[in-house]
Amino acid sequence: MAVNDTLEGTHKIHEEAAAQRHGQLMPLLNDFSQELTTLNLGPTHPATHGIFQNILQMDGERIVSGVPTIGYIHRAFEKIAERRPFYQITPLTDRMNYCSSPINNMGWHMTVEKLLGVTVPKRAQYMRVIMMELARIADHLICNSILGVDTGAFTGFLYVFQEREKIYEIYEEVCGSRLTTNMGRVGGMERDFSPVALQKLRDWLKTFPAVMKEFESMFNRNRIFMDRVVNVGPISAEKALNYGFTGPNLRAAGVDYDVRAMNPYSSYEDFEFDIPVGTNGDTYDRFIVRNEEIWQSLRIIKQALENLPEGPYHADAPHYYLPAKQEVYKNMEALIYHFKIIMGEIDAPVGEVYHSVEGGNGELGFYLISDGGRTPYRLHFRRPCFIYYQAYPEMAVGTTLSDAIVILSSMNVIAGELDA
Amino acid sequence: MSPQESAAAPEAPVAEDPIKVQNARVLALLHKLFGEATFTDVEGPYGLLTVTTTRERIHDIIAGLQQDQEIKFHFLTTMCGINYPENEGQELGMIYHLHSLTQNIRLRIKIFFPITDPVVPTLTDLYATANWMEREAYDFFGVIFTGHPNLIRILNVEDMDYHPMRREYPLEDGTREDKTDLFFGR
Repeated sequence: MAVNDTLEGTHKIHEEAAAQRHGQLMPLLNDFSQELTTLNLGPTHPATHGIFQNILQMDGERIVSGVPTIGYIHRAFEKIAERRPFYQITPLTDRMNYCSSPINNMGWHMTVEKLLGVTVPKRAQYMRVIMMELARIADHLICNSILGVDTGAFTGFLYVFQEREKIYEIYEEVCGSRLTTNMGRVGGMERDFSPVALQKLRDWLKTFPAVMKEFESMFNRNRIFMDRVVNVGPISAEKALNYGFTGPNLRAAGVDYDVRAMNPYSSYEDFEFDIPVGTNGDTYDRFIVRNEEIWQSLRIIKQALENLPEGPYHADAPHYYLPAKQEVYKNMEALIYHFKIIMGEIDAPVGEVYHSVEGGNGELGFYLISDGGRTPYRLHFRRPCFIYYQAYPEMAVGTTLSDAIVILSSMNVIAGELDA
Repeated sequence: MSPQESAAAPEAPVAEDPIKVQNARVLALLHKLFGEATFTDVEGPYGLLTVTTTRERIHDIIAGLQQDQEIKFHFLTTMCGINYPENEGQELGMIYHLHSLTQNIRLRIKIFFPITDPVVPTLTDLYATANWMEREAYDFFGVIFTGHPNLIRILNVEDMDYHPMRREYPLEDGTREDKTDLFFGR
């Protein structure tokens, strides 16, 4: 495909080169018909939703090859974690997938609890399930509504962002913060659901389904939207598995792997929910799977809220769970425990543990090696984004630039999780 | 923790514990396919079967497990490097987590090798996902994967001249005295 072929000068160069060539087969100096355009997509580009770069070779509008460069917001969490007591690592996990921080927090707490052998009471487990599913809904809402924005439909984004805001208000009632939540503690939650939090949650459960229905009716069978996403960036189940896909992206390709169902944690076995799967693994399937997962998450939240057991909201593990502040001021024992935990002088067993949770983007794994010291000897995060983003060049090659943006958007690559 | 300690023999399967039965089954398969002498340090911390082998065999073993029809280890969950500076001749290691999605069995395989000769065969011919994981291990631990198509740094800048996750590079400057705590250390 000729580039700049309307320019007179280009034609002149062509003619001169052809005259010099005398019909022989030799490469042309300025053969614009063979030249590829190098396009620098990123690092800061509004359509990449994060800081990562793709150097694309374009043949006209078609992508010939793509080379991703990542690491722009690498913060060395694995190295930092080697110098931090367990409870100080929770804020690091916030900053990985910052669209669904509570899942990361809970996943980390559960990893440490597995290492320490702490059993969390049912109420705390149900509370965690509620918060994790809220986080999943927030995560999927962002991904799907931004996909709408990237295809030119801005309205849906505004509709559901209102609801995401309400989820953040619930977070705020539960833990005090909104985006980087640092929610819960090793051994349970740091406080019980307040009446306000429960009321906000119940109100939201009443209003949200209508908004979600509106959002779906705006997109699911929308001709313009479907023309933009159906059969765009498909990936087969075999390839997706080979590339280490997990989460909605893998399920869109037709593999029903969900950590919540396969290796239930935090009482997920108590709840009834379906695992939606797609067939083609294309952008449309990823969109629909995420939408359906939002409905399933709502089902789980409703079940958990209805059957929320009475009882303590944290484990009776004074060696690991911070005592209440009022106790610390009045009670010698509580003060000692508080001091020991804050200084990281807890007795962690020697051992290694791998625990994974179903994050917003897939299997979020924590591989913790403890040598008995106050900090992990080694902590490795299995970050789903990092693992599946390497399939992006293969999915984008052969498509147009506008499709590549849509594929990137539907994969829900979160820069914080990508770079850790 | 030294990987050489606690080389416990695999325990006899107890009928009540399904995880132990499962691990014994996987271990029997490993022994059948690759021989008992291949694996040292067989243990199952927190129910996850962990075996240690050598880098000469690692590619064969993972390829064999991937092709095995009984327990299909089709999924490479993650891999990471590790550094134990006090284990002479075995300072560096790679830890692989495999997952059989059909039977829901996980397996952890470790290999250790000297830091002076950190060469390991690549798994990119078996799993496409190994590409970036190996680049990450190269970036942070300096493990060199022979046969890797594009072994360059991934998260750190290209002109970095050391591998920062090795234990010899402390997070903080060890010579600083203003942060030393006499009672609790740093």
